[in-house]
Amino acid sequence: MKYVLSAWMRDKPGVLHRVCGLLRRRNFNIDSLQVSHSEEPGISRMTFVVDGDERVAEQVQNQMTKLVDVTHIESLSHTPLIARELALLRVSVTVQQRAQVLQLVEIFTAQVVDVSRTSMLLQVVGNQTKINALIELLQEFELLEMVRTGPVAIARKGSDNVLEEDIAMNGGSPN
Amino acid sequence: MKASTVSQDQRILDRNTPRSLTGSEMIWDACVLEGVTTLFGHPGGAILPAYDALAYYEQHRLLHHVLVRHEQCAAHMADGYARTTGQVGVCVATSGPGATNLVTGLATAQMDSVPIVAITGQVPTHLLGTDAFQESDIVGVTQPVVKHNYLITDVADLPLALKEAFHIAREGRPGVVLVDVCKDVQIAVGEFRYDMEISLPGYVPYPQHEESNLHKAAELINRAESPLIMAGHGIHLAGVADVLRHMVEKAEIPVVTTLLGTGNLPETHPLSLGMGGMHGEAFANEAVQSCDVLIALGMRFDDRITGRLDHFAKQASIIHFELDVAEVGKNVQPDVTVLGDLAVTLPALNELILPNTHPEWIGALAGRKEDSARVDILTYEVDELIPPFVIRQIWESTSQRKSPEEVIVTTDVGQHQMWESQYYLHERAGMLLTSGGLGTMGYGLPAAIGAQMAMPHHRVWAIVGDGGFQMTLQELATVQQEGLPVKIAIINNGFLGMVRQWQQFFYDQRYVGTPILSPDYVKLAAAYEIPALCVKGPEQVQAAVQAANDADGPFLIEFQVKEEINVYPMIAPGAAVDDMFRRPKAQIVQANGGVTPAF
Repeated sequence: MKYVLSAWMRDKPGVLHRVCGLLRRRNFNIDSLQVSHSEEPGISRMTFVVDGDERVAEQVQNQMTKLVDVTHIESLSHTPLIARELALLRVSVTVQQRAQVLQLVEIFTAQVVDVSRTSMLLQVVGNQTKINALIELLQEFELLEMVRTGPVAIARKGSDNVLEEDIAMNGGSPN
Repeated sequence: MKASTVSQDQRILDRNTPRSLTGSEMIWDACVLEGVTTLFGHPGGAILPAYDALAYYEQHRLLHHVLVRHEQCAAHMADGYARTTGQVGVCVATSGPGATNLVTGLATAQMDSVPIVAITGQVPTHLLGTDAFQESDIVGVTQPVVKHNYLITDVADLPLALKEAFHIAREGRPGVVLVDVCKDVQIAVGEFRYDMEISLPGYVPYPQHEESNLHKAAELINRAESPLIMAGHGIHLAGVADVLRHMVEKAEIPVVTTLLGTGNLPETHPLSLGMGGMHGEAFANEAVQSCDVLIALGMRFDDRITGRLDHFAKQASIIHFELDVAEVGKNVQPDVTVLGDLAVTLPALNELILPNTHPEWIGALAGRKEDSARVDILTYEVDELIPPFVIRQIWESTSQRKSPEEVIVTTDVGQHQMWESQYYLHERAGMLLTSGGLGTMGYGLPAAIGAQMAMPHHRVWAIVGDGGFQMTLQELATVQQEGLPVKIAIINNGFLGMVRQWQQFFYDQRYVGTPILSPDYVKLAAAYEIPALCVKGPEQVQAAVQAANDADGPFLIEFQVKEEINVYPMIAPGAAVDDMFRRPKAQIVQANGGVTPAF
């Protein structure tokens, strides 16, 4: 089972090292990790996905709380959330195949951000399920290069209109 | 004292007036303001400006620096000092090898929740990251073994970092904070003040307990038929050993301790079952396995105390009183958790605990107490020199001269450490200094030095093995240089004894790398001008221990004990508590009349 956690931390030198070091030495399995600025100056926000059981997720949270630079940590696993990641996918495409790829781009509301005689670079934003699905469909062509950000996540406030895909952010194949 | 000096001292003790100081002076001013009196360290290039500034503080008796012979021992001495006084211990080292040498000592302290601030010199800021001479990334190196650390590259950041360092080391669950100060920062001048507020929103040293959980805990305990307390280091750290005693006497609850919880309840108290775990007495572990409510107070369910987790106290409801949120559910999932400072939660629990008796439970335990090392030793017929007898003699001789508040025992790690815990009966918490978590050989002598520096009039015994002692014996020079009356008992069995015992039990007696040669310890001590004796027979023990206790200065005794004897009982690593190696009756130890046994 995968758990999504958000951690807020003081933007100090070495803070990422502290967090990563803790996860490594406590033998926690991390699927992905994202750090960025938050709405508060001097505070960074990290989204990370832990692979394990409920106990492991709780331990990660408790151990992380002990880091002096970590100001707050929250598990998003039992809350409806919006989780999004961005992927850049370079596909080998002949001129004749372009239309086919563009069809997929349209279906997945992706974007073509670079094109050459032999390839196209696609940008897609969405939850992991959606990105996995696009990659799956692109197997028909040759995937030359891929980079993914890993999810960033935020809790929903209006929980009435929860989409199933937002709760199970990691649905579908793991990567 | 000259008038100008007085005003200088006042200047240092004044925390409110901003003043212009060098980085070096800031370090020492902060130490003085934090109540530190003794530093343990070793100078070198990158920390020289700080040492130069230290001259003033030494001259005016504000700080005393103890020169160590290896930086690992600086950390162990600061550790011994901190455990003895409850204050933050301070150790100092230079960059590179000086700093990396500290690591084992810092890890030892961190594992056992000992407050230490380590000050290290670092290469100048313009050389950082260039693999400069004696450069090592000590902040990176120590990160996994400290509570927090700092690299200071700007003198403006130094005062707050120092104040935070002491705060973090001391408050909450104590631990180690390292402050790495670049050489140019030590020289630079900046504004120093010490009245600033600390703002660490991410650091919650004392979590609040939930009242409802406290009531649940009290209800379970009040209803229990066979309750048992497992008392850890947290009891001593919170200073609530007296509350514990009051509570267990009121409700007749027996107490097992962890190694670091030794003495939380006097070990001669009828309700004390001594230490539990791998080498705890059989009855102590049987009590854990048969109680109906296990009340864990300030302990972390270390594998050495639980053995195989799925067999540990499986019949009992478990209540965990704990300060550190990450310890809850880490190893054992409690039924009730009371988070928070034991200084608050234990007195609150005590209020809710009703007077009670458990005659059946106590009676059953009393029956089992006959199978005990402490009983066996009383019927031991003396013809060979064995370690339990030696340790028993040290306890008797020393406790005849000094009250329990005045005797500190330190140990290394291994068989002698476990025999100490079995045969030396501690009456007070915090008087046994031993590396429980990390299990650091070589801890005994430097920790004894730190303790003796803190308590010059206490009797400090370092009970060490021939293996561990040879790791840090260079500190005999420190003993002599500081004129410390530390007493050293070397239990020499010619082996790395505990490793040998494991090889005997689990590796078909293939003694690989465990036979160990010792020097002539009497001659070695003589080289340091420390009086010493070598004891080979049981009849010499009493006189030798007395000679040590009578000596005004340091004293060393080498006990050449029987080589291949084992620590019993033993629960094999990873085994269930119920599967223990008991003490073979044939090896029952013998005789020493006139002493009231604990059991």
